[in-house]
Amino acid sequence: MTATHEPPPASHLRTIMKKVKLGLLHSRIRTEEKLLFEAARRRRDIEVVPLPTSKLVLDFDALPVVDVVLDREISQSRALHVLNMFDRTGVRTVNTYDTARIGGDKVLTSARLRQAGLPTPEIRVAFSPDAALRAAEDLGYPVVLKPVDGSWGRLMAKIENRTAAESILEHKAHLSSHYHGVFYLQEFVCKPDRDIRAFVINGETVAASYREADHWLTNAALGAKTSRCPVTPELDALCISACQAVGGDAIAVDLMETEDGFTVHEVNCAMEFKASMACVGADLPDMLIEHCVRVAREN
Amino acid sequence: MPTCPECGGTLELGADLMAHEIVDCPACGTELEVTSVDPVAVALAPEEEEDWGE
Repeated sequence: MTATHEPPPASHLRTIMKKVKLGLLHSRIRTEEKLLFEAARRRRDIEVVPLPTSKLVLDFDALPVVDVVLDREISQSRALHVLNMFDRTGVRTVNTYDTARIGGDKVLTSARLRQAGLPTPEIRVAFSPDAALRAAEDLGYPVVLKPVDGSWGRLMAKIENRTAAESILEHKAHLSSHYHGVFYLQEFVCKPDRDIRAFVINGETVAASYREADHWLTNAALGAKTSRCPVTPELDALCISACQAVGGDAIAVDLMETEDGFTVHEVNCAMEFKASMACVGADLPDMLIEHCVRVAREN
Repeated sequence: MPTCPECGGTLELGADLMAHEIVDCPACGTELEVTSVDPVAVALAPEEEEDWGE
């Protein structure tokens, strides 16, 4: 009697393969991190290794043994140092140090988007209040002044005229962080009372949401309402290109709608998705974890 | 049951609590961080820093 040898089902293969050691870098456990921990712990092919930044003492020669690191650290500077150390030892991180560095710096992001030929708002960069004032006059009012490494709509200013510019730039020059000595000015884009957040994972735009507010700022952190945004071929192609421009694995792309089409104004590496989860109809935590397993196995 | 270090109100926390999890005090709304799960302990969550975000 001849035995037949059919291949085992994929679910069985998953359990007999070596488990992926997934390092989850974090400080605060917010809704997103909790969902990611839950998604990872549901899987039998993952061993979750929590990496709370506040407890870490990193040694180049004795880093925690993991196959992949998912960056969920809320502090950009802490994340960069940890990602850099793992990257240097050959451990794959999501996203990589280079991508996190670009995504965390608006000047670098704008440069990459522009270099890739993607639609993105006009910007100027200056290093003194006087030069920044000239840049504002050049772009025309209203103009938007942003911290080069800011997030959540923090310390953003929509400057309506020269008088306001002089005042705001003087105040900014007296802020403590050296980063406030870099003046990032962006043209004010006329748009509907909403922008778009799209989620790109593993080279695919998996979901998108509108973020709507009565205010010119439409950050979810500031209370914008979210609703599902269809991922059209145009949106998909642009978001994938934006992700490639910054070398991203898994990023959130923020876009505005203009009369001429979409314009990309930001990419976010440690993507926040709590506000969008209910409306987009995609299991983003599962997708992120699956992507981590994929890159760990490929590495 | 732990109490809120800000207002003294009693916190009713779920069984799936994690260390470093952020919870809001239902009485005063203060943001708290879980510093230990066994036994459960909380402290005022750190203030937002300039490089926090996505």
